[in-house]
Parts: sequence; C-alpha cells; structure tokens
Amino acid sequence: MEQQRAENRLVLAYLYVALVSVFIGTFFGLLQVTSRAGFFQTPPWFDYYRMLTAHGVLLALVFTTLFISGLSTYATYRSIERPRRSLALGWTGWWMMTTGTVLAALEILAGNASVLYTFYAPLKASPWFYVGAALLIVGTWAVLLDVLLAIAYFRRTHPGERIPLPVFMVAANYLMWFLATIGVAIEVLFQLIPWSFGWVPGIDVQLSRTLFWYFGHPLVYFWLLGAYLIWYGVVPKILGVPFFSDALTRVAFILFIILSLPVGVHHQFTDPGISHIWKELQTGFTLMVVIPSLMTAFALFATFEQAAAKQGRHGFIGIVAALPWSNPTFLGSALGMILFIFGGFGGIVNASYSLDVLTHNTMWIVGHFHITVGGPVALTLIAATYTLIPALTGRRFTSEGLARAQIWLWFIGLSIMSFAMHTAGLLGAPRREAALAYGGNAIAAQWVPWTMLAAVGGIIVYASVICYLIAFVQMVFGGERGETRFEFADPDLYAEKTPAILDRLGLWTAAAVLLVIIAYAGPITEHFHYHIYLAPGMRTW
Amino acid sequence: MLNLPRLERTWLWLGGITMAFFFIIVLSLAVMADIEPPSYGQTIDPTKVSQTPPFDHPGLHQTGPKAYEAYYVGQVFSWNPASITIPVGSTVTFYVTSSDVVHGFSVPEADVNAEVMPGWVSRVEHTFLKPGDYPIICNQYCGIGHSAMFAHIIVK
Repeated sequence: MEQQRAENRLVLAYLYVALVSVFIGTFFGLLQVTSRAGFFQTPPWFDYYRMLTAHGVLLALVFTTLFISGLSTYATYRSIERPRRSLALGWTGWWMMTTGTVLAALEILAGNASVLYTFYAPLKASPWFYVGAALLIVGTWAVLLDVLLAIAYFRRTHPGERIPLPVFMVAANYLMWFLATIGVAIEVLFQLIPWSFGWVPGIDVQLSRTLFWYFGHPLVYFWLLGAYLIWYGVVPKILGVPFFSDALTRVAFILFIILSLPVGVHHQFTDPGISHIWKELQTGFTLMVVIPSLMTAFALFATFEQAAAKQGRHGFIGIVAALPWSNPTFLGSALGMILFIFGGFGGIVNASYSLDVLTHNTMWIVGHFHITVGGPVALTLIAATYTLIPALTGRRFTSEGLARAQIWLWFIGLSIMSFAMHTAGLLGAPRREAALAYGGNAIAAQWVPWTMLAAVGGIIVYASVICYLIAFVQMVFGGERGETRFEFADPDLYAEKTPAILDRLGLWTAAAVLLVIIAYAGPITEHFHYHIYLAPGMRTW
Repeated sequence: MLNLPRLERTWLWLGGITMAFFFIIVLSLAVMADIEPPSYGQTIDPTKVSQTPPFDHPGLHQTGPKAYEAYYVGQVFSWNPASITIPVGSTVTFYVTSSDVVHGFSVPEADVNAEVMPGWVSRVEHTFLKPGDYPIICNQYCGIGHSAMFAHIIVK
C-alpha cells in the first residue's frame, strides 16, 4: 500500500508538469490565433515568435512527453506488480525532463530562443535552450529502461507467459521512440550544443534537418500511441468488455515500431540535395504506416459492437446509443477518434508529394497537427485525467457535467479552428507568421476571413481550457475521498493463445533498424557526396 | 498463425489496396507528368553569396522566347530582387539561395514552394499563365521580420 502510494506520487509528478505546460502553452496559443487575426497587436517586449516557440515546445514536446511518460509508467507498474520496486529510474527521468523543461522555458520566455519547436539551424538560440532540449529527450530513456527492467522481471517470474498487453504497448512505443530520439540526440549533442557555445564555427544545416525529421515524424506516432494505449487498453474496460484481440493489438504496435521510422523525409520533400528517389521511397513507407491505424479503427469499432451486443443492441444506431457518452474519459476518447479520421485523411495528402507541394509550410499543416495531436491525442489524454488523477490521489471527481462541457467545447472549437486553418492553407496562407497582410496583396486578402474563423475556434478551445483548469483544481485540491479506478481491460479468456514470436521485441526492433538503414542510407550517403559548407548562424529576432 | 476475422481481412485488403493505389498515382504523376519532388542539389558558401556568380547579380535573365531564369537571394528580411516583370505564358526557372538562415520560397497559387537553406541552391520551375501580382512569400520562419519578407512577380 505504502509502495503504491509512492508510485502514484511519481506518476502524478509527471502528469502535473505536463498539465501545467498545457495551461501555459494553450494561453500562448490563444494570444497567437487572436493576434494573427488582427484582434490585437503583440507588444515588442513579448513578440509573436517567442509565444509561438513557447506554445510549440510546451505543448508538442513537454506536455506529450511528460504525460505519456507518466501514463506509461502507470500502465507498467499496475500491470507488473513488483515488491520493493525501485523508483530511482522513474524519478531520474522526471528530474531530467523537468529540469530540461524549466531551462528551455526560461530561455524562451527571456527571448533567447525564439527558434520554434523545430529549432532549425542556423537560427542560433542560447546554448542552454539546447541543453534543456537534450535533457528532456534523454530523460525519456530512463523511462524506457524502467519498462524494460519490469519486462525482464516479469519474464523471470512468469516463464512462458506473454507480456501483459498494456506493458507491451508501452514497450513498443518507447522502443520506437528510443530509435527516433537517437537522431535528435545526435543533432543536439554533436551539432547544436558545440556550435551554439561557439566551440565550432558553423553547422551542417541540411544534416541537422535530416536528423531532426528522422526524429520529428516518429515523434507524432509516439504521441498517437500514447492515445492508442487509452483507446485499446482503457476504453474496453469502461465498456465492460475484454481486449478485442490480444494478438492483433500486438501486431498493430509491432507495425508501428517498424514503419514509424523510415518516413521523416516526407517533411523534406521541397529540400534541395535529396534525390526524388529517396523522397518517393519514404512516401511509400509513409502510406504503409496507415495500415496499423486501419487495424486500430477495426478493433475499436469491434469493441463498440461487442459492448452494445452485451446490452442486446445491434446496428449502427443501436451501437451509438449503447455507448456511455456521459463518461468523460469515454467521451473524450470517442470524440478524439472522430477527429483522427480527418487527421488521417490530411496525413495521406501530406505524404503524397504532388499534393504536398500545395500544403508544405502553409496553414494547412498547422490545421493538420491540431486535428491530430491537438485533437485525438490531447483530448484523449486530458479526458483520461478525469479518472486517472482521482485514481492516483484517492479521491472521487464529481463534476462530470463540467468535464463533459470541457470536452465538447474542445471538440467543437478545435474542429472549427482546424477546418479554418486547412482552408486558409489551401488558399496559400503560410504558417508561422505574426501577420498575413503582405502590403494589401489581393491573394493574401482572401486569407483574412479564415484567420478570423480560426480565432473563433481558438477562443472556444481556450474556454475549454478554462473549464479544465477549474476541474483540475477540483481534482487536485477538492473532492471527497473515495476510490476511483483507472484500469486496463482484461484479456479475452476465450481467445486463442497469442503466438510467442509477437513478444520478441528485440527482433522487431532489429527489423525497424533494418528499415531505417534502407530508407536513410541513400540520402545520408548522397549528402556526403556534396561539398558541404557550414553555416555560421545568427540570432534574427 | 494469426486468425484474422474475415471482415477485418477484407477491411485491411481494401485499405492496403487504396494506399497502394495512392502510391501508384504519385509515382505515375512523377514519371508521366514530371510532377516529382526536387532532386536538384548544388552547394554554395553561404558566407560568400554576394561574391559567387550568378548570385552576385541576382535578377531575371531571358534564356529564350518566354523562357527565363531568375536568381534570388533570401536574407533577413527580404528577397533580392524585390520585383520582376514577365509576360503572360512565361516559364521561369527559379534558383534560390540564402545568405543567412533558412527561408521558404513560396508563390501561392503558382505551386512554387521550396525550402531555401544557407549553403544550398534550390531550383523550382513554373509557367505563369494568368496575369496578376504574385507575392513571393517567405514561408519558413526566419526571425522577427519574417512576415514582412515578400517580393513581387508581376505577370502581364
């Protein structure tokens, strides 16, 4: 009991840093979307790009990484009980990530790192920003190690048994993530840090971009698999049914380990110096990674159907009516799934070069990742906190009406904002702009109504954040004592036994490495055939 | 080994075939209509752009009837040249480099979209069929004056 309380404190520490990042990061988002629409002017002492950097870093990198680390730690600890478990690795990860976050955030807010969350060289931020980024990224390796130690313990004590499914999902996600972070760790530790401290005169810009995007795309699958852990694992429990299929869930996650990595060049379609052959090869891999998401869609609908059948309801309307829409955790997950359908469509567009040339670096992209990470992922994770946090603090959360309002507002606001951003992007509006006037140009004038509509959506999302802040304060400081359960679904006892080969995580990681070599040997070799000039870099803000 | 439900098998085949079909469309466009991602690569010393031909004299050069080459340098926060004028129906091959940070060379409504990196020359081609004032926008964040960075292509 005492041990479980100590474990809960660790998980809560991760969630709190993540959620404080949400409160700060979304506020900057509100200021951006409204100032871009011309509702007010950002003051020179706190300019648009400083806010934009804070928004991207706090939400895309800090919130997601810390939250998924906490959730994954929880899933691992609850699925593999271990007496006298050491929490040293978990806390090491937390301290590294939190220190990194504080360091990077202070530099951003001080105006020393307005380089956005992609930190493209040779925009030259304060070296401490990069040190912070390195700590945030490398800190996650401690979480992976903790998960792998738990698996090793489980295999020792349960020979011949399959790894518990929630832990398998976590391990798959972190192995994929680990392979991805090697790229950005090389970029930050060997390129950005020595260069920003002035130890070397210049930086290989293209190599840094390739390393960043080798990490940058798997990063989005890391977020997504965090949400999938809830969709596959927790949603069936809420519905009172077992996992749809233990084996097929493992297959889907294995496909993510293998296919998430060899795809980053689709962010570099319009870069010079990378042959179209490599760009087209990675287009093919990117389209293949749709398959495990199709499997997920099937599994989820099948889960819904099973839950309805238990109540004797059938058919589309019967199934929809049978679902527990009043349960906030379910509601947020289900609405997130709806948003992800559109996120998936947009992703296929971006992966196809002939269409990407229209959308690259436009507001379409901003719309796309708000309807993927800002919708399905954030909504699912936030909705999960309505049961996860009370489960950890030993309380009951009673304001479910407020929670439902928060979730619907987020869903509606995000849909409006993202739709407006997609449309503005198709009309050519560029992303990452403090203003879109362009001297009154007629083409630019068409974007104005859409930036206004995006602002309306953004304001609604922020109203949702305010609801969440109230609910969060209630969860943490108020509420009656009581038991809340945040549990993962039970294995289907009647299912066929899962083949042992699916648990060979080492094998699947090796397969992923092989595919990375196939996808990246070409572009990297090609890169070093050029005479590379280093760029000295500068601070342009 | 794995017992896939029959419906799921159908669903995955449909999905897989759809993805393969999309891939075939992308590849067919690349081979038959020449719509493919740029392969062009040429490096340049970013500290010596103003001394390196042809970027020491950025601007428009006619290479044939209605055919032009345009050399652009991106620098915080402007494009050089700031304005060019071409007749309707002209095909322009743009060569673009940067003398400082990464920029984005984008002409909305003209399908011109290229990352511009210091140390590299990007190439992109377009035929302008309709008259108008086309803005060249920097669509990759480059610093505090980023949204003021634009130039004009006048097509008449």
